Amino acid sequence: MKNMPLVFCGIFFSLAVAWVGLIMSSQIQYGDLKITTETLDPDTKEPIAGDPYFPEETPGLAKEGKQVYISMGCVYCHTQQVRRKGFGADYERGWGKRQTVARDYILQNDVLLGTYRIGPDLMNVGERVDKDSGEKWLHQKLYDPQISAAGSNMPPYQFLYRKQLIGVDGASDNALALPANLEPEPGYEIVPTKRAEALVAYLLSLKLNYDLPEAKRE
Amino acid sequence: MNPYTETEKFEKARLSEIDSSMRWPTLLFLTSAVLWLFFGSALGLINMVKLIHPQFLANCEWFTFGRVQAAFINSMIYGWGFNVAFAVGLWIMARLCQTKIRHVGILLIAGIFWNASLDSGIASILLGNFNSAKWLELPKLVTPILIFSYALIGVWGIIAFRYRQSKHIYISQLYILAALFWFPWLYTIAQFTNVFEPIRGTIQAISNAWYIFNLFGLWITPIALAAAYYLIPKVIGKPIYAYNSAFLGFWSLALVSTWIGGNYLIGGPVPSWVITIGIVANILMLIPVLIIGINHQFTLFSNFKKILTSPTLLFIAFGSINFVLLKFIEVAISMRGISEVVQFTYFYEAHAYHGIYAFFSMIMFGSIYFLVPRILQIEWPSAKLIKLHFLCCAIGVTGIIIALSIGGWIQGTQLNNAEISFMEIVNSSKLSLKFQIIFGIIIAIGQLAFTINFFCLLLAFIRGQCKYLCSTYCNCAKEAPTHA
Repeated sequence: MKNMPLVFCGIFFSLAVAWVGLIMSSQIQYGDLKITTETLDPDTKEPIAGDPYFPEETPGLAKEGKQVYISMGCVYCHTQQVRRKGFGADYERGWGKRQTVARDYILQNDVLLGTYRIGPDLMNVGERVDKDSGEKWLHQKLYDPQISAAGSNMPPYQFLYRKQLIGVDGASDNALALPANLEPEPGYEIVPTKRAEALVAYLLSLKLNYDLPEAKRE
Repeated sequence: MNPYTETEKFEKARLSEIDSSMRWPTLLFLTSAVLWLFFGSALGLINMVKLIHPQFLANCEWFTFGRVQAAFINSMIYGWGFNVAFAVGLWIMARLCQTKIRHVGILLIAGIFWNASLDSGIASILLGNFNSAKWLELPKLVTPILIFSYALIGVWGIIAFRYRQSKHIYISQLYILAALFWFPWLYTIAQFTNVFEPIRGTIQAISNAWYIFNLFGLWITPIALAAAYYLIPKVIGKPIYAYNSAFLGFWSLALVSTWIGGNYLIGGPVPSWVITIGIVANILMLIPVLIIGINHQFTLFSNFKKILTSPTLLFIAFGSINFVLLKFIEVAISMRGISEVVQFTYFYEAHAYHGIYAFFSMIMFGSIYFLVPRILQIEWPSAKLIKLHFLCCAIGVTGIIIALSIGGWIQGTQLNNAEISFMEIVNSSKLSLKFQIIFGIIIAIGQLAFTINFFCLLLAFIRGQCKYLCSTYCNCAKEAPTHA
């Protein structure tokens, strides 16, 4: 241990080589993945002209909602990744009809794979909820998770909603339908704030309803 | 009848001179570490309760589960972990290099900046402004200040090493030196790829996993190992067993542990070679772990009685045994078959407690019990509180690890059985979460004992200082007339 420059080089290169080997190699391997059509032209292996491209860009309000999702720390309990059929029971639970692949995430600025499933996976939540009543159901879920799942350990987010006087035109369209014990006093209604609207828009935008050349739905 | 020879006396005097030069920075870092530990534990307890009673504190946006979790992780790692690592690491470095630390003022200012920026970082997490990458939640505005103050703190370890008076380099010096270099590189790279200029797609996840495992492997682990390597032979009074192999342990750890991380993403949307490298690296980690384990355990258990009588050794023995256990568990859960079950479950939470608490924190507690009396030249006020601290911590953390591991395993098998509804899983994991609260409270009692003991000692020190100042002032006042 007399040769200090050598020791220093060892300390430096042990970290640098691993970084090159893991992070930079990944970047070289698939850092330039592009959006593509669901199937490729069998001859040219190019996207088929005229077909829609996937994954799609998240719409504006949903993008705002993603910031709410991050700032509430939803990622500590919910993953956004579906493991392949046969590895775990993600497919059987209906969390997604195919496994998620790297291309699904390329347009996201913050990739929220998540590490805990204290709550269910949300990669495909927009497809899983009912088409017509899904939005109302999600608002209700956020306002008080116990309504649809008694005993759930999801925290309520009532601070994302506000109580207001019912106007002369009657109840607002977006007023929450609540069970009797949670309803506000007569004359009042509970409506979502801008943040709750955005968060629900984001959740509804999470859909794994397309194929990719490397991952087909079953 | 003097048991010391002249050279030993000289050595002791020199060490105590070094100790007193480290007094103020160590005190600053330790006091902040203890306060952060207290604060972090409170947040942790809040979330343990929230997992069973989600209504608890639910109407306050600041204390929603996700934010408390982020604040909890960051105050435990950057608040408690880093402050205590600065205190213990720099103190060991100064002692082994046999140099006094000069210009302590800069170190103090840097320490204040580190803690002040961390305060505002945690506050802004609770206000909802934080990043989504795990262990990198602290907002963008804070991290440059953190890195800058780190630079001013870390450089003191390197300066001490540069002007070392000792001829030989001891293994602890190497661990601390390497950790001091590794952390800023690792942190800057991770900030760049995950926060400031996020790289594309799931490479973010790879980089995040790599950061988490390396922050543990290249900062938390080396500091704890350095402390164990320094204090075990010091207290036992025997050299490290098979000391020459310790360097092999260091270099194999440096070469292998930097590749860990991919195993965190098993089944995820990343290339499978990244995952395989992570698994292979985890298995290879057993080489340094066995070497380090043999070094520590064989030295420790050569004198079993001593372990029971010295609180320092008790804590360090607990921590170093858990280091070996932790790494074996890590190899097990990085196997694809086992990971299929435990991934995304409380089992990983148990693993985090194992690493941060049962290994790192316990060794740090042991070091604190050794160094504070030497730096302040006062004994700990209560030996009973130390015993209580050890018992509570050991029982509490073992209990949490066992409860969450069993709970996590059941949760994992149920998750993989689609016939069991999600609500059934939530309900069946409640029992282990209840145990988590019970053991969490036991840990908190231990923590309280430690905090009380620490602040009583601090108070005694301050009183002593005041008396000393007072007496010097009085003497001056008495002498004053004669001068006139």
